Amino acid sequence: MTDLLYSEEEEALRAAVRDLLTDHCDAPGVIARTESDTPHDLAAWKALADGMGLAGLLIPEDKGGQGATHREVAVVLEELGRAVAPVPYLTSAVVATEALLACETDAGLLAELATGRRIGALAVALSVGPGGAYKVVRHEGGRLHGELTGIADAAAADVLLVPADDGGLYAVDADAVTVTSQSSLDLTRPVATVTLDGAPGRLLGDAEPAVRRALRAGAGLLASEQLGLADWTLTETVRYLKDRKQFNRPVGGFQALKHRLAQLWLEVVNLRAAARGAADALASGEDADVAVAVAQSYAASVAVHAAEEAVQLHGGIGMTWEHPAHLYLKRAKADSIAYGTAGAHRAALAELVDLQAP
Amino acid sequence: MTDATELRRRTAELLAAHPPATTDRLDFLRARFDAGLAWVHYPEGLGGLGAPRSLQVVVDAELEAAGAPDNDPRRIGIGLGMAAPTILQYGTEEQKRRYLRPLWTGEEVWCQLFSEPGAGSDLAALGTRAVREGDDWVVNGQKVWTSSAHVARWAILIARTDPDVPKHAGITYFLCDMTDPGVEVRPLRQITGEAEFNEVFLTDVRIPDSRRLGAIGDGWRVAQTTLNNERVAIGGMRLPREGGMIGPISKTWRERPELRTHDLHQRLLKLWVEAEVARLTGERLRQQLVAGQPGPEGAGMKLAFARLNQEISGLEVELRGEEGLLYDDWTMRRPELVDFTGRDAGYRYLRSKGNSIEGGTSEVLLNIVAERVLGLPAEPRTDKDVAWKDLAR
Repeated sequence: MTDLLYSEEEEALRAAVRDLLTDHCDAPGVIARTESDTPHDLAAWKALADGMGLAGLLIPEDKGGQGATHREVAVVLEELGRAVAPVPYLTSAVVATEALLACETDAGLLAELATGRRIGALAVALSVGPGGAYKVVRHEGGRLHGELTGIADAAAADVLLVPADDGGLYAVDADAVTVTSQSSLDLTRPVATVTLDGAPGRLLGDAEPAVRRALRAGAGLLASEQLGLADWTLTETVRYLKDRKQFNRPVGGFQALKHRLAQLWLEVVNLRAAARGAADALASGEDADVAVAVAQSYAASVAVHAAEEAVQLHGGIGMTWEHPAHLYLKRAKADSIAYGTAGAHRAALAELVDLQAP
Repeated sequence: MTDATELRRRTAELLAAHPPATTDRLDFLRARFDAGLAWVHYPEGLGGLGAPRSLQVVVDAELEAAGAPDNDPRRIGIGLGMAAPTILQYGTEEQKRRYLRPLWTGEEVWCQLFSEPGAGSDLAALGTRAVREGDDWVVNGQKVWTSSAHVARWAILIARTDPDVPKHAGITYFLCDMTDPGVEVRPLRQITGEAEFNEVFLTDVRIPDSRRLGAIGDGWRVAQTTLNNERVAIGGMRLPREGGMIGPISKTWRERPELRTHDLHQRLLKLWVEAEVARLTGERLRQQLVAGQPGPEGAGMKLAFARLNQEISGLEVELRGEEGLLYDDWTMRRPELVDFTGRDAGYRYLRSKGNSIEGGTSEVLLNIVAERVLGLPAEPRTDKDVAWKDLAR
């Protein structure tokens, strides 16, 4: 039976992560960082990974990790979503880690990712979903050649996991490639171009199963990040509308707005169940394809709706650079493409539950 | 505390003393009630053992496996879901002993006389009058949307006993005998063609004061117990995947490839996902209740359920194409059971229109969520300090 609740340990984990992010990732700091040379907050990352050991949650203890499950990772991601924290957690501690776990050949690299001292990135465009086609580089004479675009958090990565045309997945040091930041819609999870010009790579294993497994976990757990994002925008909008007065009364007392916020609350409640369902299914391995597809068919519309309502219902202040609402809108909109659109996940679901297209 | 082992022992004892195969159905149900295995969370002597509610499934599973008869809960849903918890909370010892046993066995069906033509969402504005005459109350008025009134032996009734105070303060709660000559039940035909509900006209109905539930003037508070349980009953059904309204349309989709179009496919998948997510939300709510951490999610379940039923059944009519132009039967029937997923797509489409009205309209529920869950300011209240008789109508 799917367990859709949070355990006491998970709630304690949530509280600890929230405390840490309150100290490290306040909104003005995150906004200022987006325009700096280092869009990623590596101090926050060190605190999460090294200080709390959260980068190794998915990695078994005998491989240097914490031996936890997707359920705990999902709780961490909820909190990271609430703070739109610019840390490479989903990309390194989930997606790159899952790809390495699928290969099971490189215990050393896995242990390094577990401590967070090295950051990994799967060199597959962020827009690719679990069943989607992805670009590969050319493998020739033991060297890799090609250009890959839309690679999330590549600018922060120490090692890239690169699929090649021989069917292999290769570990490539970031020093051996050129990473060029792309001007990104999501300022807190920027994408970059990775250019390989004869870079040496170490073969990890077959790319196909590793990429599939990594993207499925990424998609399923992204729903928890989207939940955190939606929950924060709803809470903050409700708080603001209780406080903001126009026409001699709190704006939140107008029924037109009350109904919109109540509808949004209902969506967030639904997303919580869907996201917990996906996390639990990934942890148990039961029904995971369907649970992930359901969560990702639903999550994007809720996160985008919540962020759009936050911008609209904050009125003029919601349109400013100074107010953080735009960070959430940009993240939510980019997330609606990340690891496959809702439409792509619905198409996958059509096959999984036998509701075939005409 | 009575635990699962003890309940199994008592259930085995009941089955041994009253073998279902050779025991009359009603005798068995009475014996089950008297053994405290009817609703285990009720007090001893009233069909229960004061056990945790979550242990009821233990008893139910044992009895089902033994082929024991049940009390046909769908036929007596108003009694079980609404009248019983209210009588348990507010009834005198005598009332509890008189009414709960035949209510649970189904010997006496209950209905609910709450809504009126002039009091729907604003139920507290109701105008049915109850005037004290000696030991009796004399009741006059009209009630509406009363399911089961035509088969009911008893009704839970709220009526105005004091028109000179603000509306919430002047209401009293009664148990009304539906066989009283002053009670007239007329079928109320609805958009489906059938008459699942009734209008009930009350003319000089005499109710002894011993059938008053709770204090005079305290009827609104008593009614909250009834209404809270109604929303739980309507939104709280446990479903397997594809268990609700999404089941029939998915079946049609699989069996009738000639009906498929790309547009319908996209819309079906979207609704399928929403139905699955709503199911998970209901499951999560139940897990919270079992874990003793009730959350506010319940308030939203009925909203989701109403909208989904309407959209899914509407899509199904469209999916059926030329067949969607047809309707199975407009005959005025008097169904004993309400089955939202019963009959054909056209029926489901029309019947589900009631889902966003019955048991609290979706608009009122959104206000409740906004105010009680999100803490947003309440609607302005112009009727709070006005005597009921002076309200605009």
